[in-house]
Amino acid sequence: MDRAAVESTIRRLIEPFNKQGITLEDSSTFAGDLEFDSLTVMDFVASIEDEFDIIISMNQQAEIENFGQLVSAVEKLQN
Amino acid sequence: MMDQGTDLFSKFDPLIQQRQQLLDAGIEDPFSLVMEKVLSPTRAICNGRDTILLGTYNYMGMTFDPDVIDAGKQALTDFGTGTTGSRVLNGTYQGHKECEDALKEFYGMDHAMVFSTGYQANLGIISTIAGKGDYIVLDIDSHASIWDGCAMGKAEIVPFKHNDIEAMEKRLKRIPEGAGILVVLEGVYSMLGDVAPLKEMVAIAKRYGAMVLVDEAHSMGFIGENGRGVAEAEGIINDVDFVIGTFSKSVGTVGGFCVSNHPKFEIMRLVCRPYVFTASLPPSVVATAATSIRKLMHGSNKRAHLWENSRILHGGLRNLGFQLGTDTPQSAIIAVIMPDLERGAMMWEALLKEGLYVNLARPPATPANMTLLRCSLCAEHSAQEVQTILGMFERAGKIVGII
Repeated sequence: MDRAAVESTIRRLIEPFNKQGITLEDSSTFAGDLEFDSLTVMDFVASIEDEFDIIISMNQQAEIENFGQLVSAVEKLQN
Repeated sequence: MMDQGTDLFSKFDPLIQQRQQLLDAGIEDPFSLVMEKVLSPTRAICNGRDTILLGTYNYMGMTFDPDVIDAGKQALTDFGTGTTGSRVLNGTYQGHKECEDALKEFYGMDHAMVFSTGYQANLGIISTIAGKGDYIVLDIDSHASIWDGCAMGKAEIVPFKHNDIEAMEKRLKRIPEGAGILVVLEGVYSMLGDVAPLKEMVAIAKRYGAMVLVDEAHSMGFIGENGRGVAEAEGIINDVDFVIGTFSKSVGTVGGFCVSNHPKFEIMRLVCRPYVFTASLPPSVVATAATSIRKLMHGSNKRAHLWENSRILHGGLRNLGFQLGTDTPQSAIIAVIMPDLERGAMMWEALLKEGLYVNLARPPATPANMTLLRCSLCAEHSAQEVQTILGMFERAGKIVGII
């Protein structure tokens, strides 16, 4: 899957968690802009992992703060 | 002159504020209770009141057992107050070996290693055996000591949804071939008092070539035919590579341990830093632990009575209309779910005024941001005391408006 396809898939997966309907930019942060708490993070990460059949360990999650970083990380992990 | 620096404590301001609000509402501070006198495993004078204790981890009531107390006194007299040293230097006395022998016998395992606390046992074993490039797959509701063991090590940390067998398997399946895997589970999860489906989970973990560590802190002495825990009750204790436990619950003192059949297990004594770089337990503590563990081997009558207490309290609270953490009584812990922190604190205080102590548990220690009143039963609670407790819950619940 190329970057554009990864990005649009992640956009679809974020929707049910994007309670405020924030417009997603690469710089949108999960903790700040999207107001994800730790439970939301767990469910959201699980949905990404299942969709792409990958593992995003907590060590890797710690490096991912915004939408753009997540798209890049998933793009890399799926290969 | 130095600039006015940042106050490192400013990050705690929200918590300081929340706590002040509770106190301003006139509620007794749930986290500053003092027991002025302890009368028995189930009774104490708390903040001046004669109180039934329903929030200790004294499941088997061993803290005032006369044989256990005598063993401690004798060790104090014979070996002094403390070892002043590490287990690997001058801190291993006869009593430490005897305590480890008692554990090996209790669990029927080849190796036992005693730590100074249960927290250190998890911290030490987990951080030491799972290294860089290895994977730790663990339940998201794991105890803080497990999470801290993960944080201290260098392994990749992969959590899965609480007690979700399928979610665990999916993650195991995705781990790169050849990587070392440690699956970390608990027998009883202490917040809701629910047990893990260990039979299925351990079988799956083994299928993927993982080693399995089970923390049986809240089940030791009580669950399983010989009190070895949920893994024994589920018939799979021989497939568990490492059992972690504590002396601060059913055993009735303080300390932690790991038992294992791994042929190379003894090397842990040299490489596990939370074992090496701390003082060993005082001789009186290991003497009381060893005596208590040996008595717990023959505790089947007490176990039966504790199950009875758990069933009656669970059914009684449910009939009163309280919302509970589990549909059935699964352990000696019964969690009563409160609508919010404020009413949880009010209920906690109303119970204390009735003469009942329970644990108030709040986020982040609790799953799903719940506020809980956690009741933990003791084999020494009489059938009549359990009825008294139910009456207290009924009155307090009506005063606070929860039922």
